[in-house]
Amino acid sequence: MGMTIAEKVLAAHAGASSVKPGQYVWCKVDATSGHRLADLEDLGVDKVWDKDKVFMVDDHQAPPPTIAAANKVQNLRRLIKKYDITNFFEYGRGGILHQVFAENGMYAPGELIAQCDSHSTAGGVFNACVTNANLDAVHVLAFGELWFRVPESVRVVLNGTLPGWCVGKDVILKVASELGTDFGLYKSVEYVGPVASQMTIAQRWTVSNMGVEVGAKFALFEGDEKTDAFLEGRVDRPYEHVRGDDDASYAAEYEFDLSDLTPMVARPGDPGNGVPVEGVQGEKVKINQAFLGSCTNARLEDLEVAAKILDGKKVHPDVRMLVSPSSQAVFGEALKAGYLETLLNAGALVEHSTCGPCYGGHLGVLGDGETCISSSNRNFKGRMGSPLSHVWLASPATVAASALAGEIVDPREFL
Amino acid sequence: METIRTGKVWKFGDRISTDFMMPGHRVLANPDLTVEEAAKFCMEANRPGWAENEVLPGDIIVAGINFGCGSSRNGSQSLNALGIAVVLAESVSRIHLRNAVNTGLPTLVAPGITNFVDEGQRLEVNIVTGAIKNLNTNDLLQAEAWEEGSPPYDILMAGGLDAYMRAKVRERGLVAG
Repeated sequence: MGMTIAEKVLAAHAGASSVKPGQYVWCKVDATSGHRLADLEDLGVDKVWDKDKVFMVDDHQAPPPTIAAANKVQNLRRLIKKYDITNFFEYGRGGILHQVFAENGMYAPGELIAQCDSHSTAGGVFNACVTNANLDAVHVLAFGELWFRVPESVRVVLNGTLPGWCVGKDVILKVASELGTDFGLYKSVEYVGPVASQMTIAQRWTVSNMGVEVGAKFALFEGDEKTDAFLEGRVDRPYEHVRGDDDASYAAEYEFDLSDLTPMVARPGDPGNGVPVEGVQGEKVKINQAFLGSCTNARLEDLEVAAKILDGKKVHPDVRMLVSPSSQAVFGEALKAGYLETLLNAGALVEHSTCGPCYGGHLGVLGDGETCISSSNRNFKGRMGSPLSHVWLASPATVAASALAGEIVDPREFL
Repeated sequence: METIRTGKVWKFGDRISTDFMMPGHRVLANPDLTVEEAAKFCMEANRPGWAENEVLPGDIIVAGINFGCGSSRNGSQSLNALGIAVVLAESVSRIHLRNAVNTGLPTLVAPGITNFVDEGQRLEVNIVTGAIKNLNTNDLLQAEAWEEGSPPYDILMAGGLDAYMRAKVRERGLVAG
């Protein structure tokens, strides 16, 4: 009997020749994040299992807006020194962890990584089994091991050809709207098919990133030359691409023909509330804020498409547009390419790289009754601030076009 | 760890996110809040006043599908601080379920629970076997039990990750004692 990607990776890290869904295994983990160093200290443990395999950046309240936050990150810096953590990224050299860790070579095909932050499924774009460990990341820090229940695997086959104006965000909003936000619960989701191959790394990254929005433990792509091109110069250890065997057992297979896909938005309340933008346009949904940022959609090509749409134009007078690149490295590339200047000239507020607005923390919190269109990942009630505010999720192109129009619009007329 | 737990039921719907349990703008943005202070904001967006005025220690939460979806922030920390005795849901997000085990808050997947009990009724739950009895109707329902000897079972029975880790780091010689 063949194995899926998740089964192969978990078996290899458990030192077993094979594993089956439902089975509990203890696995060696290839890397983790440093969020739980304080817990390790509290346990009285004076070293991490491998200081070169711990990555850390402060991104949620970065830089700190309050004294309490400043004290917290001050303590983090002390712990980074105490445990001699190699891969720590200070403000100005960091950004949002999923982007920063990837840029610095944390993920490679076939690896198993358990780290803090729910959007860790993002690492699946690199054909790596990356998922969240929260409190128990301290177990990895101490021993380099963690328990897993081997998940069932499902395949999502993305057929057809993605129309030029649609991106990964439109794909995942479509998938979540059709299959629901729990179809991947406890499961490893493998995205395959012609559109999976067609998509750029940045587009696949959005799909893997929002894996957690469909419940997934892992949200995986197979490796190809695009994967290798991204990893070149970042990962110098050897790796091999991992594919599911032809005779592997999948709990379900879902097929989509995406040739007729049109830009999507998710109505407020749940990421699974996706509908075509063209159907919403008639409702004339006025927006107060347009947010282009987060670990989901603020990579170079996301900023590029926004700059194309806003080039020589002005953000609507009743709208503030916030732009926060996914890392400071991306910020630099966008600066060099002229995208940031275009966005500034259009009247957008370009912030540094931060998680702040996406989770309602700071640098873009919504007030009572306000509406935001966002390139981020969650639109739960109160997600970006007031419980009386409304968040619509969309691609960078739809966010930029809506910022111009002052209401939610189909970006195709602007491209 | 107390195996049999009885309590009054509060019912919640589908997809109760951890954002509801621990609002970002209230809790994540204010790292100096105590666990108890943070818990006062639990369910503020979806059920204002519940945490502050309604729920009592020993109460039980019954919820629909994908309880604890979304962020990896530890919603169970707030539920635990409010004194919730056990959580029963049609399904629970992977991250939240793991957080619950590590917090030592019994959280069981109990398919059919939504139609099994009304808000305000009392349940008796065996957190090890998963046997549920509705004390108002005497009806029975079976939740998914943790496999005995599995890592989550051991962690839960230790009372949570902290106690489990303290024993393990001594056992493996990382800490003297």
